[in-house]
Amino acid sequence: MTDSQALDGNAIAGTLLEVFGGEMTTAIGTCGHCGARGPVAEVVVYTRAPGVVVRCRECEGLLMVITQVHGVFCVDALGLVELQAPA
Amino acid sequence: MNWQPGTVLELIEQTARTKSIVFDVPGWSRHRAGQHVDVRLTAEDGYQAQRSYSIASAPEDRHIELTVERIDDGEVSPFLADELLPGDEIELRGPIGGYFAWEEAPGTPVFLVGGGSGIVPLRAMLRHHRATASTVPLRLLYSARSLDDVIYRDELTADAAGDVRLTLTRRQPAGWTGYGRRVDRELAADVCWPAAERPLVYVCGPTGFVEAVAGALVSLGHDAARIRTERFGPTGGETP
Repeated sequence: MTDSQALDGNAIAGTLLEVFGGEMTTAIGTCGHCGARGPVAEVVVYTRAPGVVVRCRECEGLLMVITQVHGVFCVDALGLVELQAPA
Repeated sequence: MNWQPGTVLELIEQTARTKSIVFDVPGWSRHRAGQHVDVRLTAEDGYQAQRSYSIASAPEDRHIELTVERIDDGEVSPFLADELLPGDEIELRGPIGGYFAWEEAPGTPVFLVGGGSGIVPLRAMLRHHRATASTVPLRLLYSARSLDDVIYRDELTADAAGDVRLTLTRRQPAGWTGYGRRVDRELAADVCWPAAERPLVYVCGPTGFVEAVAGALVSLGHDAARIRTERFGPTGGETP
């Protein structure tokens, strides 16, 4: 069981919309650490860190970090090998 | 998608910890049941705080309704629950999200499982089901600590509510005939359609609740790909 402070990808639908310009919770992501594939809505999300931390539900590997300073987003999608936008 | 002003029309006390806020949002684009709205508050010094809330109203309802649970050390919820008055205007952005959304369509049964304030998006689905006179079998299982903690209590216990089952995990009133325990494997098996009927399942609540219910359903043979989940953060109270 994950940390009770953890949310999921649904919680950052608005942030992802701003960053990617479209609905992303139904996008399919692939984890670069373990290869797990699944909808963005199912990832583990921490919003209490400075910025948003996104981890893989299978292996807890770091997928993405999103920070915003003075209205400018910085997106580090270092752990995602693929992100397939919804059709 | 732009921020747009919403005017508070009405505030409805749901339980000791939750309040519904009804907004008039001119030019609102129709949402799907289960979607969210982002709320942004701006302080006089320009500091902004933003939160995402599930929409409690059906797409067919005239106004947008949110239901907010007061989190005592929260930054946004105490303001929304305690300070907001009819006529006030706040910024909204939406509808947002697409994964945890349900639209009336012919097909397999739909099983909704909510814990605590996780009922909110499921209530929108229940209302949508009723508003469209859907013939899709739909059943709601709602877990709350006590009858006083049941959000939308009058609506959910009315005869017209549809197939709604309650489980009260901590305290049951005298003569209670509903369930009185947490949603475990046995309770899920009792209430949900068999896995062979391939129901579409929506589970929403605190993280621990969602994982326990989804785990129980998977152990009963349900396809994980047909179980959609949405996890709420710590609710300030005990687990439902």
